[in-house]
Amino acid sequence: MIAKLIFKKLSYLLIALFFVCTLTFFLMKAIPGDPFLQEQAVPEEILKSLRAHYGLDQPILTQYFKYMKGILTWNLGPSFKYEMQTVNQIIKEGFPISFVIGAEALTFALLGGISLGTISSFFHKKSQDHLLMLLAVVGISVPSYILATVLQYIVAMKLNLLPVARWGTFAHTILPSLALGALPMAYIARLTRANMVEVIGQDYILTAKAKGLSPFKIAMHHLLKNSLLPVITYLGPLSSSILTGSFVIEKIFGIPGLGGWFVSSIINRDYTVIMGVTVFYSTILMLSIFCVDLLYYLLDPRLRVKVSYAKG
Amino acid sequence: MQKGKRGIATYYIEAGEELVKNRMALCGLIVLAALFLMALIGPHLNNHTYFDTHLSLKNHPPSRQFWFGTDELGRDIFTRIWWGARISLFVGICAAFIDMIVGVCYGGIAAMIHPKIEEFMMRCADILYSLPQLLLTILLMVIMGSGITTILIALTLTGWINMARIIRGQILQVKQNEYVQAAQALGASQMRILGRHLIPNVVGSIITTATLTIPSAIFMEAFLSFLGLGVQAPFASWGTMASDGLNAMRYYPWRLFFPAAFISMAMLAFNMVGDGLRDAFDPRLKT
Repeated sequence: MIAKLIFKKLSYLLIALFFVCTLTFFLMKAIPGDPFLQEQAVPEEILKSLRAHYGLDQPILTQYFKYMKGILTWNLGPSFKYEMQTVNQIIKEGFPISFVIGAEALTFALLGGISLGTISSFFHKKSQDHLLMLLAVVGISVPSYILATVLQYIVAMKLNLLPVARWGTFAHTILPSLALGALPMAYIARLTRANMVEVIGQDYILTAKAKGLSPFKIAMHHLLKNSLLPVITYLGPLSSSILTGSFVIEKIFGIPGLGGWFVSSIINRDYTVIMGVTVFYSTILMLSIFCVDLLYYLLDPRLRVKVSYAKG
Repeated sequence: MQKGKRGIATYYIEAGEELVKNRMALCGLIVLAALFLMALIGPHLNNHTYFDTHLSLKNHPPSRQFWFGTDELGRDIFTRIWWGARISLFVGICAAFIDMIVGVCYGGIAAMIHPKIEEFMMRCADILYSLPQLLLTILLMVIMGSGITTILIALTLTGWINMARIIRGQILQVKQNEYVQAAQALGASQMRILGRHLIPNVVGSIITTATLTIPSAIFMEAFLSFLGLGVQAPFASWGTMASDGLNAMRYYPWRLFFPAAFISMAMLAFNMVGDGLRDAFDPRLKT
């Protein structure tokens, strides 16, 4: 059963990846003009040799196969704008930094969101609950770049508590990951609260109470276990939202991660970098969604009876 | 979804009453109404235009002449905010509307058609859904150049799938009801059943999902603006104004404050109304 599921999901993953790579390639080829045309006129011979150097003078199908082969062998080609830099190098240098920030933000969002949501559900329909949920709606309503700039201004510039920007010590990572994790945290808090409220109303909670279990035991064994499953489903979209956020956050805090590179490559129209990073990020994202699906299946015994339930 | 003999219209009227009783949702509705009204009349309330530059009055703080101050070219921020409101709200609502039409058609047809074809349709949607939306959006914007049409295409390219999935799930559920069998026994065609019996019964989910799509579209537009892929000057959306204001925050905070406040306010209002709609339409959460 599980082997079949993995096989099915994996084949979707491969089809989707193939789709992304192909789409990326042909979209890039559809751009009018030439990546080497600059404001100053470039002599025809130089253009020609540039195109030959990057293989742009070959027929489009040959280029396509070369590109696909490059992806398969993990060789994403040189950057058009930064000489001596390959896309591989950029990813290798930038991704670990982005990963640290992302992992911190993820931890922050999960821990904060689940505990706030739980607290809120314990005070269901009381003023504490209303206050927390109002905060959560505000949290999902403020664009991350505004939150990041304001945090940077107040905490770093006015109060001088943490470094303003750049990369180095742990202190440098606090503000960016707070700004990055705030929105998913608010979302998780809402999700947790909604599920908790639903689970609290179930008969088995009443049974547990009647058996005389301590509130703590009920919370840990019955409530959290049952109400956190939907939060796990959210892990997929969560990683994508953290990824999105990281573009903005890294730019604002001047962090030399991959997200910041991606944004500057968009502004510079550095096509090979855009292509390479898109393919790379798509792979990471789809893989993480695949893992989440698998995890969900392993954690929820109800799904093992009827797999199609998950599709709803 | 027990509605008994009272009929479907009563159900929606009740949901509407429920919505108005919900204080958060009511606040949201009032804020939205105010924003829409101001988007209509706001630009005409003073005698500045959104593109007039006053180079001698650059970065002027809010005053009697410029209610929200001026930007780096001396343009009146008050007028630009309400022009931006038109663009941001238009993008949000249009994207939600297109998503709704495509999603309802796709999801509805998938739910009614032969199971083999349904399976195929939903698998295609699954694969499309697993494509990273943001990356494709950025790619598309880089290639097609920025503009409202591109933003709309990019937003709706994968945006409809969520709606299609929800609608299909809902219709499959509603399809179990006896009145559907009755309609079939009376010889109604599949399309008639879909249009007359099934879709009216899932309007609640459609409205809720569409309402919650609007803030995410506005959010996305603001994000694209930050990347420099938003609408081009002299036009302005809230997103482009906020991202222009970011650099000026230390010395001219009003340039960030007003667009940021209005984006957040609109998002908040749409989210609150969407939540209220969901509570009003979802009988499970009624206690």
